[in-house]
Amino acid sequence: MPDKKISAHTVPPISLRRRITNHVMTGVAVLTVILVLVPLFAIFAYLVFRGVGSINWAFLTQTPKPVGEAGGGMANAIVGSVFILGLASVIGVPLGVGAGIYLAEFGRNRFGDGIRFTADVLNGVPSIVIGIVAYSIVVLYQKHFSALAGGVALAIMMIPTITRTTEEMLLLVPQALREAAYGLGISRWRTTLSITLRTATSGVITGIMLAFARVAGETAPLLFTAFGNQFWNLRADQPTAALPLQIFNYAISPYDEWHRQAWAGALVLIILIVSAVAAVRFAVRRGTFGAA
Amino acid sequence: MANAARPRPDMPAPQPVEVTKVNEVSSGRWRTHVFGADGEVGDRIFQFAMLLCGLAVLGTLVLIVYELVLRSGPSWHAFGMKFFAARDWDPVNEQFGALPFVYGTLVSSLLALIIAVPLSVGVAVFTTEMCPPMLRGPLSFFVELLAAIPSVVYGLWAIFVLVPILSGYVQPFLSKTLGWTGLFTGPPYGISMLAAGIILAVMIVPIISSIAREVLMVVPQNQREAVLALGATRWEMIRVGVLRNARAGIMGGIILGLGRALGETMAVTMVIGNRPEISKSLFAPGYTMASVLANEFSEATGDLNLAALIEIGLALFLVTIAVNALARLLVWTVTRGQPSRANA
Repeated sequence: MPDKKISAHTVPPISLRRRITNHVMTGVAVLTVILVLVPLFAIFAYLVFRGVGSINWAFLTQTPKPVGEAGGGMANAIVGSVFILGLASVIGVPLGVGAGIYLAEFGRNRFGDGIRFTADVLNGVPSIVIGIVAYSIVVLYQKHFSALAGGVALAIMMIPTITRTTEEMLLLVPQALREAAYGLGISRWRTTLSITLRTATSGVITGIMLAFARVAGETAPLLFTAFGNQFWNLRADQPTAALPLQIFNYAISPYDEWHRQAWAGALVLIILIVSAVAAVRFAVRRGTFGAA
Repeated sequence: MANAARPRPDMPAPQPVEVTKVNEVSSGRWRTHVFGADGEVGDRIFQFAMLLCGLAVLGTLVLIVYELVLRSGPSWHAFGMKFFAARDWDPVNEQFGALPFVYGTLVSSLLALIIAVPLSVGVAVFTTEMCPPMLRGPLSFFVELLAAIPSVVYGLWAIFVLVPILSGYVQPFLSKTLGWTGLFTGPPYGISMLAAGIILAVMIVPIISSIAREVLMVVPQNQREAVLALGATRWEMIRVGVLRNARAGIMGGIILGLGRALGETMAVTMVIGNRPEISKSLFAPGYTMASVLANEFSEATGDLNLAALIEIGLALFLVTIAVNALARLLVWTVTRGQPSRANA
């Protein structure tokens, strides 16, 4: 309206069409939130509803029964999962933290950027492909499936996450702290381990827990590495049951009893993972650099 | 240890000579000055050990490429480029063509994007621009929780809840109203490409929306204020001042979601039907690259079968790497200079 004089009193009103569009789009945004949250609550509701009734003492203490027999449980799969995750952590955590230290303390250069990019790329590799690699570097040499192969596959998946969070956390430690240590004549490696890493401990642990939660539910890389087992196994060179594998096998089976146990297993798995994630969020909220 | 140079309270002040030594050590000459301070040998060992860890990351990627290329060799020699154009998958007669799997992966991922993109952008816009600050934290927590649910649990839920809903209500409705398009025909079994696309969409929403949220938050506040000052409504402000500025970053998030969808295995395997066929109808069963690996890898008969499967893995690997690199690039151009929160 170039010919009209606009003062504070004559601001043109917002047309009805624009106001309606505004409200409609607000409504659409609210609707998308509802549509996204519905599956979330539906999944948790079903897990609790179908799972709680199926978790009992036998489920937590017994090995699977043959088809057709009621009862039995997933005790060996729960223990097997913990065992495989333990192996993965033993391999993945030191390598990941070490690579993070390298990037933060020595890697401010082109070569460090290369490793950083590699870690990001590795983070996006489909888990099933990592399973293939673990198969060809461990299973093909051992000539049979093993817990170790599963551990290697999960370790490869943990490393990039741990590396990047460790680096970020170490970089948050003030430079003055390092300089103060050097000023006292403390060698660089002692400074890094006892001052820098110590200060960033809770942040680094957050990263490790995130990586742990991410691989805890992984099934695809275990299909042809750990393979699964109907019995107890705590030997690293033997096929081992894992909770996600057992859930998968039971879910696609035609038996109601196994479906019931699959729900129970999924509930146990989710409780493990969500408590890890919740612990992480709690720790983060308390401040990255709380008391170690 | 360097402790020897530290003054102790019960000792007289250090001699001038010692003071120079301390200065030398702390003024950056530690790298070349080895004699007399054993901390420096330790430093070198430490730096070398950390370098080895860094190299392990690099080595892992090299190892993945090496193993995939090496072990897919027989299939590569037998079929060449025809491998990705041939339709038959017949382990008994050793004829392998990956086209149905490539098709299934692409269609299920695109379907997932079509469903997930509007939802994720809507959620991101709502959390950053519209919602009361009090709700912001819990809302993003819930969406992140979706990302924490394992694939196999999504699959379990999809088999027993989503698929019956699809076959009982959604598919009959779609074939009645949209059947003429040819996309929604055939018997409503539930287990289908459609089911795979929907469950994939639920799985990639948290990825796309968390990236989109991050990108929207770095749009400068004065962009919003400027558009509002021109008399825009809130939606116009979001459209002109926020979304337009964040386009590249949101695109990056979408591509990152695509990367995840392409490689997703378990949930898809459980609901897609696992039949190597190419069908126009979304109600028909299909097969993806990742799910054929999940189903057949441990039972592969013969070297050629294994090599063909590994070649599918190699293709999947290359595609996801390319997609992820593109996505990172796009996200970086927007959030550059901002600390990234690395749990996407």
